[in-house]
Amino acid sequence: MLESVLNGMGGLVIGFAALTPQAVIMMIIGSVLIYLGVKKGFEPLLLLPIGFGCLLVNIPLSGLMAEEGLFRHFYNFGVITEVFPCLIFIGIGAMTDFTPLLENPKIFLLGAAGQFGIFLTLILALLIGFTPLEAVATGIIGACDGPTSIYVTSKYAPHLLGQVSVAAYSYMALVPLIQPPIMRLLTTEKERKIAMTTLKPTVSKTALVVFPIAVTVLTCLIAPFGAPLMGMIMFGNLMKECGVVQRLTNTAANELTNIVTLLLGITIGATMDGQAFLTGKTLLVLGLGFIAICLDTVVGVLFGKLMCLLTGGKVNPLIGAAGISAYPMAARVVQVEGSKANKRGYLLMHAMAANTSGQIGSVMAASIMLSVLQAMAII
Amino acid sequence: MSKLEFGLTMLITGTGGTLVSLYVLSLMVQILKRIFPREASPKTSPEVRE
Repeated sequence: MLESVLNGMGGLVIGFAALTPQAVIMMIIGSVLIYLGVKKGFEPLLLLPIGFGCLLVNIPLSGLMAEEGLFRHFYNFGVITEVFPCLIFIGIGAMTDFTPLLENPKIFLLGAAGQFGIFLTLILALLIGFTPLEAVATGIIGACDGPTSIYVTSKYAPHLLGQVSVAAYSYMALVPLIQPPIMRLLTTEKERKIAMTTLKPTVSKTALVVFPIAVTVLTCLIAPFGAPLMGMIMFGNLMKECGVVQRLTNTAANELTNIVTLLLGITIGATMDGQAFLTGKTLLVLGLGFIAICLDTVVGVLFGKLMCLLTGGKVNPLIGAAGISAYPMAARVVQVEGSKANKRGYLLMHAMAANTSGQIGSVMAASIMLSVLQAMAII
Repeated sequence: MSKLEFGLTMLITGTGGTLVSLYVLSLMVQILKRIFPREASPKTSPEVRE
């Protein structure tokens, strides 16, 4: 009797007995992510579920990512199939207002400049020994766009999904800390003081409705492999702009995005298994991701300076930093930095235009990347 | 194909492709704005003002 009681009691300590140093470190990392989300407010909608997923999956014998585990079902259904990132894109499209960009379409070019970090980082990753597809997945952190990073990585380097996702979302949250020093370093006081003229309303309702349809057709013809991404973001935007499916728009922007964000976050966290995550490559991915976002900002601001030069000083180069996909943080950072130099210089709408062009630019860059890889028979 | 060749191909086609695509989109927006101009805001007539 005593022996069977002792055997039964043994079942209560098998979790402790199976603990490994890696599992403990990963549980600490998960807790740090939860802390950053809860206490510091860094992308809490994602870092909280990612952190908790990381914590849970590293508890020994939990079996959450085993073949029949709960998170494995989420992963197989939503991440491997790329359903989750695409559903989130519908919500992003339903929440995004492209009007400032349409008022001043030249700003589109800043959205392209803000993606240069992706390709420069890809080369760096190749030079330090990453395989071509790992380099693509690492470079895509420079898109500063969580769903795009997850879409590309889950397709071509799924073993780096945890690292890339954590890097993408963490650095997006850190945009207000990463960008300002670079912006100040690359611009003069005189440039930061430039006040841009207020945008006059020139866009009709019809143009706003036709815009997502035209963008979808044009961009998907240029880079068909990005059709799921661009198609979904523009579908969401079409619902918003046409105004006849308000219920669907509200659902896409709120309930759908919330549910998918929750499932995506916890599933991404579940990919952060100690054995796979605690490698030198993780540090390299995190380091390269940081470089990618810095390079995006550098090239964006330099392109802004070029536009300033070509327009005879009518463009404040700071708005170039908003040409990334971190919406609306990057635009807010530009507004804050601009107002420090010139309290009357109201840059927010111009920065919003650059920021929305960065959203299109990041999806376009990823789509082009996929199409080029296909053409080169790499995938 | 060497890694460097791959990287440079991606850099040139990626940056160039993105830049050209977004430039084309900016032209498309300008065309859209011409085809579908914003309706002039209705001005209040003198009769109505009276």
